[in-house]
Amino acid sequence: MRRYWAVISTRFRMLLQYRAAAVAGIFTQSFWGFVRIMVLEAFYRSNTGASPMNLPEMAAYVWLGQALLAILPWNADPEVRSMVRTGSVAYELARPIDLYGMWYARSIAIRTAPTLLRCIPMTIFAMFVLPLIGLGEWRLIPPPSVACGLAFAIVVVGAIALSCAFTMLVNLAVLWTMSVDGLTVIAVTLVIVGSGMVIPLPLFPAWSQWIFRSLPFAGMVDLPFRLYSGNIPARDLVWLMLHQWIWVAMLVLLGRWWLSHLTQRMVVQGG
Amino acid sequence: MNAIALYFRYIGLSLRGQIQYRASFIMQSLGHLLVTAIEFLGIWALFHRFGNLRGWKLAEVGMLYGLISMIFATADALAKGFDMFGDIVKAGDFDRLLVRPRSTVLQLLGQELTLKRVGRFLQGLIVFVWAIVSLPIDWTFAKVSLLLAAFVGGVCLFMGIVVIQATITFWTTETLEMMNAFTYGGEAASEYPLAIYRGWFRKFFLLIVPLGCANYLPAIAIMGRPDPLHTPQVVQWLSPLAGVVFLTIALQFWKIGVRHYTSTGS
Repeated sequence: MRRYWAVISTRFRMLLQYRAAAVAGIFTQSFWGFVRIMVLEAFYRSNTGASPMNLPEMAAYVWLGQALLAILPWNADPEVRSMVRTGSVAYELARPIDLYGMWYARSIAIRTAPTLLRCIPMTIFAMFVLPLIGLGEWRLIPPPSVACGLAFAIVVVGAIALSCAFTMLVNLAVLWTMSVDGLTVIAVTLVIVGSGMVIPLPLFPAWSQWIFRSLPFAGMVDLPFRLYSGNIPARDLVWLMLHQWIWVAMLVLLGRWWLSHLTQRMVVQGG
Repeated sequence: MNAIALYFRYIGLSLRGQIQYRASFIMQSLGHLLVTAIEFLGIWALFHRFGNLRGWKLAEVGMLYGLISMIFATADALAKGFDMFGDIVKAGDFDRLLVRPRSTVLQLLGQELTLKRVGRFLQGLIVFVWAIVSLPIDWTFAKVSLLLAAFVGGVCLFMGIVVIQATITFWTTETLEMMNAFTYGGEAASEYPLAIYRGWFRKFFLLIVPLGCANYLPAIAIMGRPDPLHTPQVVQWLSPLAGVVFLTIALQFWKIGVRHYTSTGS
């Protein structure tokens, strides 16, 4: 366990160095947030009765999305990518440590460090600065009850575990195809649509809801965000956790099986 | 060799280089098509749920979306050299451009014509064609000209933004992520009618970075639809000029930047 912790903490500290980039990112992310909220608000006001979410819930969804953007498995671990390209992945295989566990630990650092850097200033902006500049109706509301807040904190842990398990699959796709084209693009598309980053999942047609809800991507941000704003009642926590952790277990098993399959007959790029 | 012939020589080299990796090129273009097409899936879903957007129909928004997608893909492919200018400055490579007896703008434009953007262009074109077929537009020669002018003006506008982004690098050495708000963010905002946004936001995108002139105003004139913002028809028809003016100003700014340049020495 100590070894994995060492992997996490070194990468974490390295990633925390990019503070200036995070601050610069706030401007861009606020801009995106404004565009998204204005679009959703315009649709909402065009036909309020058709909306399964109210305006503060939509605003919370958008701002949490901006704050926790980096939690999503957008990409493969950039170092895995370069290791596969240069062939130095061979050294990784030689280490006396479980490869899946080590790469999973790295994924945890990659998904949490940038998120931590960005979510604090973004939350301050969305929660406290917006009302000051007269945009109070778009602000990020605090959770309506303590239960909602606690439930949100609990499912965020599951969301990170889920996101890392999926990151591992993308890493393995890179290891398998030796490139980032093709499979990874399909994976990213699935993540963006399925997690609710194109539009909040409840706004997709009613007949498609069960598909989105059963996919693993809903557990990454959509369900946690709706739990936060009270769009999903806090008493549903157990079901959401079940959804998340069953998917974590399945993705980890799949990843482990795939990795052992890949390492049995692997061609390493010469450098 | 004159400037235009040299540019085509540069681009020819760039294209030949990219075509070498044929499978990779096809995959990347398809990937680009897929990733950008989901934006329209989102718009479709919102219309499916809410029926209308402040009185706008899906096909009308589709026209705005298709036009800005094609504009952005083209500008993005043409201005790649400026887009990666931060790396060029950081590596000290700009010195090499300066000692050549040709303009820096020409050399940067000639760096690369990013072929894989064709994926985004195609999906924009598909949506655009679907939109104009479903809308009752009576096409005239003037309207076709306006459409072409809007395309050229929009490409100029986005290239102007990227030139400004590159110019700022002379002072910061680092490409500012902030500028993504105006390129990618501006494109995303222009997918919807400008009229649905708040006043301060609209004014910014009409008067300072005139993205509204790239697709919104010309599209209104082409659709023959009353403008909720009550812009006069003359303005709608002249709006493509805004992009050309913007690029001209950006290039003046670039000249000031070049004079200010000090090499990183690496």
